[in-house]
Amino acid sequence: MTTLPAKTEKKLGLVIDLDTCVGCHACVISCKGWNTENYGAPLSDQNAYGADNSGTFLNRVHSYEVQPAGDAAAQLIHFPKSCLHCEDAPCVTVCPTGASYKRVEDGIVLVNESNCIGCGLCAWACPYGARELDQAEGVMKKCTLCVDRIYNENLPEEDRQPACVRTCPAGARHFGDLGDETSDVSKLVAERGGMDLMPEQGTKPVNKYLPPRPKDEMPEFDVLAPFLEPVAEEPKGFLGWLDKTLEKL
Amino acid sequence: MHPAPSVIFFTTFSGLGFGLLFFLGLGFPVVTGWTAFAFFVIAYLMAVGGLMASTFHLGRPERAIKAFTQWRSSWLSREAWCAVGALVLMGLYGLGLVFFGTRWTAFGILGALLSMATVFTTSMIYTQLKTIPRWNMKFTPLKFMSLSLAGGALLAGQTDAALVLLVIAGLVQLYTWVEGDKALGASGTNMATATGLGNIGQVRAFEPPHTGTNYLLKEFVHVIGRKHSQKLRIIALGLMTVVPVLLLALPFSHLIGVLAILSHIAGVLTARWLFFAEAEHVVGLYYGKR
Repeated sequence: MTTLPAKTEKKLGLVIDLDTCVGCHACVISCKGWNTENYGAPLSDQNAYGADNSGTFLNRVHSYEVQPAGDAAAQLIHFPKSCLHCEDAPCVTVCPTGASYKRVEDGIVLVNESNCIGCGLCAWACPYGARELDQAEGVMKKCTLCVDRIYNENLPEEDRQPACVRTCPAGARHFGDLGDETSDVSKLVAERGGMDLMPEQGTKPVNKYLPPRPKDEMPEFDVLAPFLEPVAEEPKGFLGWLDKTLEKL
Repeated sequence: MHPAPSVIFFTTFSGLGFGLLFFLGLGFPVVTGWTAFAFFVIAYLMAVGGLMASTFHLGRPERAIKAFTQWRSSWLSREAWCAVGALVLMGLYGLGLVFFGTRWTAFGILGALLSMATVFTTSMIYTQLKTIPRWNMKFTPLKFMSLSLAGGALLAGQTDAALVLLVIAGLVQLYTWVEGDKALGASGTNMATATGLGNIGQVRAFEPPHTGTNYLLKEFVHVIGRKHSQKLRIIALGLMTVVPVLLLALPFSHLIGVLAILSHIAGVLTARWLFFAEAEHVVGLYYGKR
């Protein structure tokens, strides 16, 4: 059914720390590595070694430059983006075949690939660009929150989390139940002011983003510095002559 | 949005075909025998041909039948039901007219209503998308339906109705262009809300996630065609409304009728190409594009 569940038992999702992410793209690679050989169809590449290469990815890292008002230094922020497993997921309700669905037990949004006709409407409905139509398979691919890892009892317990979270060397990605106020991820969101992307689209994303922390002020180099003699501002010697000569020209 | 030829062809011709079926179903004109046969062949070629074309953009067309299952929630699924319902009822109605020379009015009226419902559901597939502010407005269904009715009247030879409907469709089209140009700005979605970084300062896309292109950019960020959009709008409106209206104002002959229809179709195809090419999907904001 492509109607959304009124309530899900859990709200499994990711918390992504924009302050910590270093933009190494390790999550992109581990995501592709795991998901190309597990759940559903492989993530194909087209013309992978040619000039005009492209391929299917479930997780992509953008980089933004943010210029604060005034003369403060610009900040570079790395921005990983994958499916936000929205509570009010517009991609699910538009699906004509019931291939797209949101799970009642944990809130994960999945695609049943054997029912997908590849019409692309769910990707049209998603504001985040989280869904990509695989060009080889003709079906829609999206983040599964590594549903085949998180419940997989054949894996050691520490590996039962999404591949992107497991691999992140900076600890910028966190996985847990955002519906449970006492969970680590919920506490992190409360503490750091976790935010929604495009809240005005009304999708109620489960994944949250932790904003970059405010930058420190540059400390004064030496407390006595303001009282010291200023360094000569008027050039002397050869530079002084050059300065005067050039002024006259 | 990527202006896929299959979808442009589908919406244009199925719109015209169902528009013609609407007028035939209501008995404008009441035709029987071979004349009815000719009318119905034209209507079915356009409506069914358009629907067939729409399957070409599917990744897995062999499973298209599954699109009938989700009529409770999906406009695409509802469209599939309305289209089949309209085609079956109008087929029975046509059977009566062509082979028995009788007009089964109930089939005709129900078929006509379902034909318009099909066009409405098609338009709702686009209208429902909040991600494309240019389409997400009440005038989108009005545009599709007024164009379908105008084209249908033209094909059905209802010159008086066609004159009025062509002007209405032209005005609605003009209005959606004017309003559509403001839609993305008015939607409240921009790079600041997309990234959530707006409260720090001005956000600029510094580096995309990939060196090549991808599905998202190909499908949603089509900027090439927008360069000539103003000229194309004038051409579209001229061919779609102005030329057919002028031709219909002349003393009627079949040649003039055919010319008016051809001009109208060319105009609708141009306008439909613009409908997709000009539409900005908010995902483009993540790439600093629109």
